[in-house]
Amino acid sequence: MSKKVAVVGVGQTAFTRSCGISIREHCFEAFKEALEDCGNLSTKDIDASIVCSAPEYDKQRTPAGLITEYLDLNPKPTFLAEAICASSSVGTRIAWAFINSGLHRVVAIIGFQKMSELTSAESQERMLRGADIMWESPFGSMMPAYYAMFARAHMHQYGTTEEQMAQVKVKSGEYSVMNPKAMFRKEVTVENVLKSRVITSPLKLLDCCANADGASCLILADEDEAKKITDTPVWISGLGLASASISIGSRKTVASLSCAFEAANQAYQMADLKPKDIDVAEVHDCFTIAEIMAYEDLGFCKRGEGGKLIDSGETYVGGRIPVNVDGGLLSKGHPIGATGGSQIRTMVLQLRGDAGKTQVERAETGLVHNIGGIGVYGSVIIFRR
Amino acid sequence: MSFEKFGKISYTKETKVADFVKHLEEGRIMGTRCEKCGKLHFPPRADCADCLSSNMEWVELSGRGKLITYTTAHFAPVGFEDEAPYTLALAELDDGPRVFASLSKDIPENEIKIGMNLKLVPIRLLEERISYELRKL
Repeated sequence: MSKKVAVVGVGQTAFTRSCGISIREHCFEAFKEALEDCGNLSTKDIDASIVCSAPEYDKQRTPAGLITEYLDLNPKPTFLAEAICASSSVGTRIAWAFINSGLHRVVAIIGFQKMSELTSAESQERMLRGADIMWESPFGSMMPAYYAMFARAHMHQYGTTEEQMAQVKVKSGEYSVMNPKAMFRKEVTVENVLKSRVITSPLKLLDCCANADGASCLILADEDEAKKITDTPVWISGLGLASASISIGSRKTVASLSCAFEAANQAYQMADLKPKDIDVAEVHDCFTIAEIMAYEDLGFCKRGEGGKLIDSGETYVGGRIPVNVDGGLLSKGHPIGATGGSQIRTMVLQLRGDAGKTQVERAETGLVHNIGGIGVYGSVIIFRR
Repeated sequence: MSFEKFGKISYTKETKVADFVKHLEEGRIMGTRCEKCGKLHFPPRADCADCLSSNMEWVELSGRGKLITYTTAHFAPVGFEDEAPYTLALAELDDGPRVFASLSKDIPENEIKIGMNLKLVPIRLLEERISYELRKL
């Protein structure tokens, strides 16, 4: 029998670019907000920390050492967790296991990325090497190219349209204006998306999320500690984590992410829930097509009907399954190591009833889907209030 | 034999399957076949994860296949700027494995169709580098 583990505090910086803030300062801001969110918790109450980030965006090596010194978390245990864009969800999974085993009682997960020290092309070169460097990177592969290939396959297989993909960004824009921490806070039209410049056909600029700087922090605790710390713990009721080939050449399907489907099944089984039981979801919309594939991989609609689901309006607040009502990666920006923590923060605020204008009424059960790379790592975590 | 000559930019210097480059220079697309369980690997592997054997033989592939999906990149990572726009494709080879490669610039974008017949062929690049690309069959 698993012990109960709760999220008791959440924090996040505004996601920005070139804002004159170093990685240690970003992490401090998110950590301080998470501690304050816990009420009167202090640094010394943290039993262990997990720092989550992808290497090579800044010069600092072994950043867990630097960040924990700056936050005064020494001599408590710390280390780096890396799963590219899913790093802080993986950190959350490790923290759950630490707490569930009884090894630690209160654990901080600190995710960060500072991507604006690189140009877009340099950043894509790092991401290019997030593919198989022997057989795929030498062709100039990059994240938007892979997701464009998924999009093209999805369009061919299921008749999904560029207009449907654009609708994902339209929804994102609508909610972005209500999220003061989002990097882009602007409504857009389908036409804006369709007329933005082509990056990797059929994906255009506004189909893609943007590199960003920022940090997130989550504080997890066991049941006894959680009840002492807060009156509004949000419980982790299911965790799934799966993997798939880093090379697209080894994929049997390119119109879905098998790691997400597999992780979702694990999480639903552990939580003893079905897709229809989910009240609100945060999904990894690194590209518009990624949200459409997520709808299907998570079972919010039938395979191939993701385009119809965005058309139906059912993924807006007030619909059957509101998705990314914080604007998602498409509007928030995607500081990759911080993203999973940011998604979980949104979910915790939703389940506490603290989500303000974007609050989904009577939200009791929420799901967070966070993907690393081209679907190499897939994490799905289900939360209940 | 070094693997550094493979592709526009190679990020790998040494590998047990570096002879792939020599075969490519001689005009052949080669995979490896596990001598123990018979599994065909392409791109070539030195080790078979199915049966854990490292006894491999080189086998020539026909290179023929069909287009699964593709994209044309109008933006490129550092090192590939002078190539843009370029088309990347995934094809399923008649021999079974799938391959990720560039699609020949000889195929106009409006003639690219999912399911079209393609052939994977060796291609010489500048500065004695070598690669392969997918061409119209």
